[in-house]
Amino acid sequence: MAVVETRNLTKVFKEGELGAVNNVNLETREGEFLVFLGPSGSGKTTLLRMIAGLEQPTAGEIRIGGRVVNHLSPRERRIAMVFQSYALYPHLSVYNNIAFPLKAQKVPKDQHSKKVEWAASLLGISSLLNRKPRELSGGERQRVALARAIVREPSVFLLDEPLSNLDAKLRASARAELESFHKRIGTTTVYVTHDQVEAMAMGDRVMVLNKGVVRQLGTPTDVYDHPADTFVATFLGSPPMNLLEKDEFIVGFRPEHLLPAELVPQAVINFRLKVKNTEYLGAEWILYGRVTEGKFEGKEVVSRLASAGSFQADQVYDFAIREEHLHFFDRHTEKRTEPKVLAWQ
Amino acid sequence: MRNALSQKILEHVSRWFVLVVFAVLLAFPFYWMLITTFKRTADLYTLENNPFKFNLPPTLDHLRLLFGQTKYVMWLENTAIVGAIVVGITLVLALPAAYALTRLTGRWGQRMGIAIFLTYLVPPTLLFIPLSRVVAILGLQDTIWSVVVVYPTFTVPFSIWLLMGFFKSIPRELEDAAMVDGLTRLGAFVKLVVPISLSGILTVVIFTFTLVTQEFVYALTFISTENNQMLGVGVPTFLVRGDVYYWGSLMAACLIASLPIAVLYNLFLDRFIAGFTVGAVK
Amino acid sequence: MAMKESGSGLEAKVPPEVVGVKTQDVDVAKVPWRRTPEGRARLLGIGLFSPAVLYLVALIGVPFVLAFVYAFTDVKVGSVSSHYVGLENFRSILQSPSFRKALGNSFIFTIVSQILVIIGSTILSVALKDRFHGRGFVRFLILLPWVAPISLGAIGWKWILDSLYSVISWVLVALHFYKPYSAPMWLGEPSLAMASVILVHTWRLLPFSTVIMLAGLTAIPKDIPEAAQVDGAGFFRTLFQITIPMMLPIINVAVLFGIIFTFTDMTVVYILTAGGPYDSTQVLPSLAFFTGILAGDLSQGAAISLFLVPILVVISYFMLRMAHGAEIA
Repeated sequence: MAVVETRNLTKVFKEGELGAVNNVNLETREGEFLVFLGPSGSGKTTLLRMIAGLEQPTAGEIRIGGRVVNHLSPRERRIAMVFQSYALYPHLSVYNNIAFPLKAQKVPKDQHSKKVEWAASLLGISSLLNRKPRELSGGERQRVALARAIVREPSVFLLDEPLSNLDAKLRASARAELESFHKRIGTTTVYVTHDQVEAMAMGDRVMVLNKGVVRQLGTPTDVYDHPADTFVATFLGSPPMNLLEKDEFIVGFRPEHLLPAELVPQAVINFRLKVKNTEYLGAEWILYGRVTEGKFEGKEVVSRLASAGSFQADQVYDFAIREEHLHFFDRHTEKRTEPKVLAWQ
Repeated sequence: MRNALSQKILEHVSRWFVLVVFAVLLAFPFYWMLITTFKRTADLYTLENNPFKFNLPPTLDHLRLLFGQTKYVMWLENTAIVGAIVVGITLVLALPAAYALTRLTGRWGQRMGIAIFLTYLVPPTLLFIPLSRVVAILGLQDTIWSVVVVYPTFTVPFSIWLLMGFFKSIPRELEDAAMVDGLTRLGAFVKLVVPISLSGILTVVIFTFTLVTQEFVYALTFISTENNQMLGVGVPTFLVRGDVYYWGSLMAACLIASLPIAVLYNLFLDRFIAGFTVGAVK
Repeated sequence: MAMKESGSGLEAKVPPEVVGVKTQDVDVAKVPWRRTPEGRARLLGIGLFSPAVLYLVALIGVPFVLAFVYAFTDVKVGSVSSHYVGLENFRSILQSPSFRKALGNSFIFTIVSQILVIIGSTILSVALKDRFHGRGFVRFLILLPWVAPISLGAIGWKWILDSLYSVISWVLVALHFYKPYSAPMWLGEPSLAMASVILVHTWRLLPFSTVIMLAGLTAIPKDIPEAAQVDGAGFFRTLFQITIPMMLPIINVAVLFGIIFTFTDMTVVYILTAGGPYDSTQVLPSLAFFTGILAGDLSQGAAISLFLVPILVVISYFMLRMAHGAEIA
């Protein structure tokens, strides 16, 4: 088990252009489940691959367990990686897939079957050892990939969007399996995803990236309730946070906090909304409205409700929000600032 | 402990070593053709001379001989004409057949496709004896028309197979949309599928042409007169007078014939591979 | 509302009065199949591929049958009539030492050159796999033997292997392996001549095989060698235990084609040695040519070339099996 650190890590693919990864500094905690979260092109996968040793950094340092590993091959870093496609060897049986790293590391032959069986039973695939990958379902393949990763007892686990190839129904159960797996073995894990639901559910901490730059590193609560800038604020949460510009500031509030006035005690801010559209999602309603009066007249906002009562399109209603649910961002830097008392109406 | 950097260097060096060795071994005969073309006969046939140097100044004599005193140009013309006509025949036969087998005949059609491909495996060295009789009966003996008639036997199966690969990569929905818009099946084929596959068709044209230029057995069997002969047979046969090989001109002939084909082939190879892998991996 | 499960999902059995569409009674049986869209398409398909099929039947199928017919008759060039002679042709060629040598040579040349080609093209394709500056030019050079007309490449080699002026001889003499004028006759001594033929076949097929292998190599997803790298496999282990096993199907294709091209080729032998010295490099196709065309004995020539058929059948069988396997996978 080890701590992964990067210092000023940068990767530039094309000279003169912005790097895929720019000056990233991070330090994992022992045994934590750290999620790299960001849209495609944010550099999260490149970052992971540099930690793995599959890409060489342009600048900066990578340390695993305290020692600098920049010049070490992947094998020498004692990491294990699960690829998005799982990368199972199609011509080898499940047993031989799991045993392959042992062979490659020249582990004595008599220890192979013991270790393979241990890894297989840990993941519940002992009955599949004789099958070939093409005979397995998506969930089973994930488990084989994990078994192959863990059989080497690595100090760090790296996972590159392992759930994105599974269909939606399977994803939830596979996710739960990954979480319980991590609880059982407790190895430091770095997990890359673009799905903020996965990040929030699984991560001990979440590192939000955009365009190769770290926007925020914190617990799920930190990034959701106290986003460091407008990117983090809108990337997490669905539907995204409402952002309204006023003077030098941007005011933000989440749709679930914008509620009908009668439901908001100690309401501070009132909005009169003309409802444009409603969506019924089964467990909740999404309401799209336009502010009809005051400083934010004409702006469009979104609200999220447990029940819609009798909201109708083209009608005007009173909505409100509590002061502590407001976020303030500087209009130019887009970074979080101190709450302001503003003249609202 | 070998680190990542020295590993990379070792890989680079070995790769370059392998490439240089193979490139030299494979391309050497052509380099040799090039040198021989321009070396004086006296230089060529003096054993003591270092063959890698020009011990006497280079000469254009061999080229003059080749173009002035042999039927080389005629062979080039014959081959070009035959090539063009055979390409035409091949396209006329193979394009519709490939389309039909890809789109219109279902599983049964796939089996037909395999059967057609298998005919490509029947070699000229098996068919040439009966075909020589057929050619004689048709009265095409010793003319370029004999090969014009026979060459499509190997260009057509090959082209059908290649074209099937290209057609399979065109989504069915395009033709369906065209038919909904009012075209007939045939119209969709002619006005939509063919224009889209132009690059694939061009690839087939190039490869068919190279197959024609490379052929030897049929031309050797059916054509005997110097004037009517094709390139591949004319050069080794008629540039030898008695027992004497005119090596200078021979090598010039080989080089001049090989290089343009090589350039064309390379330009279209990537397309060919794309069509090949689609066709093979269903 | 009753729900009925069918092949692709759940279909609601909807009472007719709920749906606002009226169905019309159409007597489908009355329209002949050839007028239906499906029938028309089928007919069009048949029309489109018939010309090609007819041509192939006429110029491959018929001659193929004729080859068998000739083998059992005594037809010669210029003969007006022919008579059935049973197995006479086969008997006489099986007794002929040239034939037995040619049969053996066909196998030896093919097998040895194929082994060399497979090893060489595997190495070469691995070296060519990644992009680098000048790859296009290197590929051009490497492809030359395959692209050039067979006869012209063979003639080039004939000059390189010339009994007096061979550049190979010159180099060996210069390196003092041989005394001047005493270098071997590459095409004149039986075993050397055989080696030369094998060399030219290998030289010619290497590029073709390499291109096919390259296609197979690039089809391997990038993840797999990376996973092997992370698992700790070095270059050679990855190559032999992961890459090559995954390439096996494509190696099969290259081998099958290579066998056909070498086994049925007469050009290299014809140009390089004309079968000599003393039939030591004769192969089935070249022997068939000399017997059937040059000597005019069509029926014997046909009989000799028929011995190519068993190999073709075996190869076709393997190719069909592979195509079938690819369909299933």
